[in-house]
Amino acid sequence: MLENYLPVLLQVLIAGGFAGATLLISVLLGKAAARNRVKDSAYECGMVPVGEGQSRFSVKFYIVAMLFVLFDIEVVFLYPWAVIFKDYVAIHGTAIFWSALCFVTVLFIAYAYAWKKGALDWKH
Amino acid sequence: MDALFASIDLFFLAISAVKIVLLVFAVILPMVAYSVYAERRFSAIIQDRVGPNRTGIPLTLFGFKKDIQILGIGGLLQPMADGLKFILKEDFTPGHVNKFYYWLAPCLTMVPALLTCAVMPFGSELDLNWFGIAQPIKSVIADLNVGPLYMFAISSLGVYGIVLAGWSSNSKYPFLGGVRSSSQMISYEISLGLSIIPVLMIFGELNLSKMSAYQDANGWLLVPLWGDSAPWSNGWHFGRWLLWIPVCISFVIFTISMFAETNRTPFDLAECETELVAGYHTEYSSMKFALFFLGEYAAMIIGSGLAVTLFLGGWSIPFAPLLSKLTGLQFHFVPGATPLYTGLLHIATFFAKVFGCILFFIWVRWTLPRFRFDQLMALGWKVFFELALVNVILTAGILIWCPLK
Amino acid sequence: MSSPLFYIFAAITLLFGAMVIASKNPVTSALSLAVSFVGLAALFVSLDAYFIGTIQVLVYAGAVMVLFLFIIMLLDIKAAEKLKPNYAAVAAAVLLFVVLIMQVAAVLTGFEAGRKSTTDAQLRPQQALVAMGDKALPTIANDLKAGQLPDTKLMGLQLYHKYGFHLQMVGLLLLVGTVGVVVLSKKENSPKGGRE
Repeated sequence: MLENYLPVLLQVLIAGGFAGATLLISVLLGKAAARNRVKDSAYECGMVPVGEGQSRFSVKFYIVAMLFVLFDIEVVFLYPWAVIFKDYVAIHGTAIFWSALCFVTVLFIAYAYAWKKGALDWKH
Repeated sequence: MDALFASIDLFFLAISAVKIVLLVFAVILPMVAYSVYAERRFSAIIQDRVGPNRTGIPLTLFGFKKDIQILGIGGLLQPMADGLKFILKEDFTPGHVNKFYYWLAPCLTMVPALLTCAVMPFGSELDLNWFGIAQPIKSVIADLNVGPLYMFAISSLGVYGIVLAGWSSNSKYPFLGGVRSSSQMISYEISLGLSIIPVLMIFGELNLSKMSAYQDANGWLLVPLWGDSAPWSNGWHFGRWLLWIPVCISFVIFTISMFAETNRTPFDLAECETELVAGYHTEYSSMKFALFFLGEYAAMIIGSGLAVTLFLGGWSIPFAPLLSKLTGLQFHFVPGATPLYTGLLHIATFFAKVFGCILFFIWVRWTLPRFRFDQLMALGWKVFFELALVNVILTAGILIWCPLK
Repeated sequence: MSSPLFYIFAAITLLFGAMVIASKNPVTSALSLAVSFVGLAALFVSLDAYFIGTIQVLVYAGAVMVLFLFIIMLLDIKAAEKLKPNYAAVAAAVLLFVVLIMQVAAVLTGFEAGRKSTTDAQLRPQQALVAMGDKALPTIANDLKAGQLPDTKLMGLQLYHKYGFHLQMVGLLLLVGTVGVVVLSKKENSPKGGRE
């Protein structure tokens, strides 16, 4: 129950503290050498960096992120279904199966549409 | 919440703190260090090399003739030397980066990886009656009823570290690596989430400790050979073994997705040297780089732990009920009445299984070539997503056709 | 509800919520929103809504905010920093804020449950068990007997037993969302690339 979550809180503090402490130790013990312009520049295999570091990237990555949100929600809806499925079928019958099948089918149509339209393709 | 504060006993918190410190600093971090070492030695064997075999107790510094190699295996102190070197290296922040996020990103990779181990049941119960503790101590930091979901939720926060590392470095290779890696991770999160649904349906439970206890008594999901799953027991019927098919599909999808989630070869496109130098951590050095490294290996260990808990019986000893019957000792878990030696054996079993999984990770890394990015995305979105969805329906069908119990 | 943990997490949620609008760097805004969501998740957990709390992190902090971060990277971040405040938008925001406060007040005074403090609604597993009677699923009954709240299972029961139709509507909504994503982002050579 709720008190089970207190160790999680404790662990957040310990893990955060560990990450902070290691960085601090490295700052304190690591030797600092002189800086110069070349050392400060971005790494580009020994060449002088050309253009901006953060170029715009392909819209495909963005489509993937968007589709991920949509299908992630679908998966989330299936978790409560999965945990009661066995017992529910034993008592109330298979209604829960058809309900979920309908839900999944609608999303499968969405998935098939995205595939058909090439939203899942990476070559073009 | 008032009731909560009244009910907090400091003893519980102290025990939790001890468990966290022991698990994180005495088990996970050394395991990370030694899986790096194991990786180097193992890859050396695969490639017919020697690997790091010289680091020992450096007695030559004090005028002796030879260094001492611990246990006769050369290089067992290599992880310590590596760690020391990480700490002593120049802590360099390049001039062109966004300083705040450049420092934040390694922490955001490391912290979620360490947080996910909170719900991992690494053993059954420890009976500490000898030490004056009446209640047996559960070998899990936080026994939550949303175990796997908590793990997915926290590990999905790990994406931030990678995105921010790529973005804040303000340099081309890290940026491309960060974007690639994060979209790879989110793509495989879906098949990862879907692949455990058949498992949840079979257990009817989201609590990882209860799943392990069930598998201890009734056979592992992948090895249903004792308890109710055994063909000679009264509880057995055809459905139990029919379920083995969707479980196997789940296991394959889960394992491969886990490789992709942890950015391991054959899916390490975020840091493929030939294209992107080192991916999102190209601009990182010293301890900040080490935190990425630790975070990645910790995620691998936790992922193996989850696979072991869901499919391979968690901490349970194979054939435990039969072994108990044969030997007269107690190898299986009985709530509240598990002797101390069994509790310790369970912990050892769990970490042995996890170590086996890590060796498998390493083996795969040095055997398979790397995927292309479009192949990787196609595999995740076009193959695994469908397969996992069909697998869920298949499991539902089997459970309706021949119900368990 | 007057425990220090509540105040800590409420403060985190509000503080980082304020940071979202106060900070000039869009990445800072997005990350502040993510932290705010995590604080909200902790508040859900403190109300015994464990599943919702976890899902809050999984979906909002882990998925939606990553999408936002992608969008911010897709847009030109330096141009966004130079934007001057749009006074019409500020006025509209203030108006919306007032309307929202009025709505919350109306809900709190208008409904029976709104006047109750959350401490009244304490968890009583035994009573819940009796109320459900024979209809309780064995797995739910077992959890309640052990004094635990099986919130995920109860939610599944509500969703698939009682609100099946609404669930299908959610499915349709997600379908429409997918179609929207594909249609809006598949315009070839569009200068903006995607939608905000």
